[in-house]
Amino acid sequence: MKITLKLYAGLSQYLPDGSEKHMTKLSVSENETAFSILDRFNVPKEDAHLVLLNGVYLEPEEREQPKFKEGDTLAIWPPVAGG
Amino acid sequence: MAWTRKVLRVNLTEGSLQEEPLNMEWANDYLGQRGLATKYLVEEIDPKCDALGPDNKMIMTTGPLTGTMAATGGRYSVVTKSPLTGAIACSNSGGFIGNEIKSAGWDMVIFEGKSPSPVYLYLEDDNAQLLPADDLWGKSVWEADELIHTKHQDPLIRIAAIGRSAEQGCLYAAIVNDLHRAAGRSGVGTVMASKNLKAVAARGTKGVGNIENPAEFFKATQEGKKVLAENAVTGEGLPSMGTQVLMNVINEVGAMPTRNMREVQFEGAGKISAEAMHEPRDNDGKPNLTTNGACFGCTIACGRISTIDQGHFTVENKPQYWGNSGGLEYEAAWALGSDCGVDDLDACTYANFLCNEDGYDPISFGSTVAAAMELYEAGAITKEHTDGIDFSFGSAEALAKAAEWVSTGEGFGKDLGLGSKRLCEKYGHPEFSMTVKGQEFPAYDPRGIQGIGLAYATSNRGACHLRGYTIASEILGIPEKTDPLETEGKAELVKAFQDATAAVDSTGLCVFTTFAWTLEDIAPQVNAACEGDWSADKMLEVGERIWNMERDFNMAAGLTGKDDTLPKRLTKDMAANSGPAEGKVNNLAEMLPKYYEVRGWTPDGVPTDETRQRLGL
Repeated sequence: MKITLKLYAGLSQYLPDGSEKHMTKLSVSENETAFSILDRFNVPKEDAHLVLLNGVYLEPEEREQPKFKEGDTLAIWPPVAGG
Repeated sequence: MAWTRKVLRVNLTEGSLQEEPLNMEWANDYLGQRGLATKYLVEEIDPKCDALGPDNKMIMTTGPLTGTMAATGGRYSVVTKSPLTGAIACSNSGGFIGNEIKSAGWDMVIFEGKSPSPVYLYLEDDNAQLLPADDLWGKSVWEADELIHTKHQDPLIRIAAIGRSAEQGCLYAAIVNDLHRAAGRSGVGTVMASKNLKAVAARGTKGVGNIENPAEFFKATQEGKKVLAENAVTGEGLPSMGTQVLMNVINEVGAMPTRNMREVQFEGAGKISAEAMHEPRDNDGKPNLTTNGACFGCTIACGRISTIDQGHFTVENKPQYWGNSGGLEYEAAWALGSDCGVDDLDACTYANFLCNEDGYDPISFGSTVAAAMELYEAGAITKEHTDGIDFSFGSAEALAKAAEWVSTGEGFGKDLGLGSKRLCEKYGHPEFSMTVKGQEFPAYDPRGIQGIGLAYATSNRGACHLRGYTIASEILGIPEKTDPLETEGKAELVKAFQDATAAVDSTGLCVFTTFAWTLEDIAPQVNAACEGDWSADKMLEVGERIWNMERDFNMAAGLTGKDDTLPKRLTKDMAANSGPAEGKVNNLAEMLPKYYEVRGWTPDGVPTDETRQRLGL
């Protein structure tokens, strides 16, 4: 299935060449997880602070569970905050 | 003893200045800055007074840690009654003038009355003078800053001033210090203008040497700095990306108020985000962001210093805007951008520059322009009002013109200076105003983040994120993650954030430290600096006391529990139309009774006698 991966702030550097700004589309299998995708792009897991699947926060344990369905968006940030 | 124990009382009507001792009994109960100055205000003014009349007072106040070596110890606040809300106002700012006032030897300056002609206050250590400002009146903040520096021939003077917007009666005018930091919210600049006070210029050479236990203070502040440096948010995230990194985060979670809060996601968010500020421009190859910047004593440095593309329509033939100046923070970028449907980074930066140049709150300004755009699309205002300009959502030209008008009070600027509530009432659509207690919303949609809706509704200064930043928990997971779409537990969460923030706002430190620090990190620094026993528990108690004192002031001013509400658009009329919150409104009614209960208030929102006694009110 196809999903969209968005890597923001300092993580954008890990996106493959030819990606759109901060995002790329990719094919994933049913048993893939947020962390396995991070591995695919060599993103250090400790840098994945905020992990959102379709805008909903993935708890740390959920990041190692298969959650994807067709058309999903996985968005990831390093530690960030604002006000 | 980090207090200087000296208050300067300035009677503007009489032109007199008087030194008096700080009330140390109150300092023990209210600490400093927000808490202590509010105590002075509630003891000295009638809460029902006209906010823009001579009976209102305005207090510029530092905290006990302002001017010390504590990280971020450069904050000051302005406490007064707000002309925008009729409620208590306390606007907090960084920059450098807070340290300068403290280092000149003053904990706070109380302004009362109204000067018969424009004046500014000049502080040089113990030497305090009111000087004529007739030549400064009618000038922008930036011009006044330059003129005062030139007049005194001292580049080290720090200056806080009002701009033309305040002089013209804009109800959300700010006090801007150090050119682009501001006590921004609730119209504190409008109060300053009503007193014919143009500026405060300060030069302090004394430092803050009267620390209770210097060795302990050195140790505690060093430990605090280590925590900030090692924390990924305060050590890396905020310095590199600033608050603006939230643009894409909040958009992704479906809580980005868009086009006057009709929608919760903005298709143009990426173009006005922190990431966009780092990207080279097509025209000159330079990014919008030049560098980050720090306020006095800050080891985080979240500030943004930016430029506008010199080829952009907003600055054509205007070289005065071609240099570096204060760039977009998230709140400004949201209000000027997403809420107006504008995805033009340079136009947003230009409007932000003008907010600094002439002193007005970009949150309230952007929200008011957004309301005007909805009024325009509804036909309630027309091109006759807008000098022929299309005021539809998304118009960067309208945004830029609106800023130029509000800066000077010209044209439609007078109406835009009324703020969203009064503007929408004037043009027959009060339901378009996205405000609480008359103050415009910040950058988080309560339909997508339930707890922040309760925080907005109950904020003592009207809609405000900085009175209880539950976003830290609901979105960022600090100190622990809660579900943004859940209402359960949010009453307790909001109270905890409100009380802790009131304590931090009374120290002289920046609330952004709390992304890494808890009160357990802050209390040892306060305890080492100040006489008395300052534990985290005591600070929390002081925070709760401050919150209830502010509440009492508001009730005496005529507000009631019925003012703890949100616009119907957010609770009933217009559910979120996309994202995780799609189909949802804010369920304030589920949270508010519980909030009153955990506060120890009656079901009508009045602090009970028992609560007052417990807090010593």
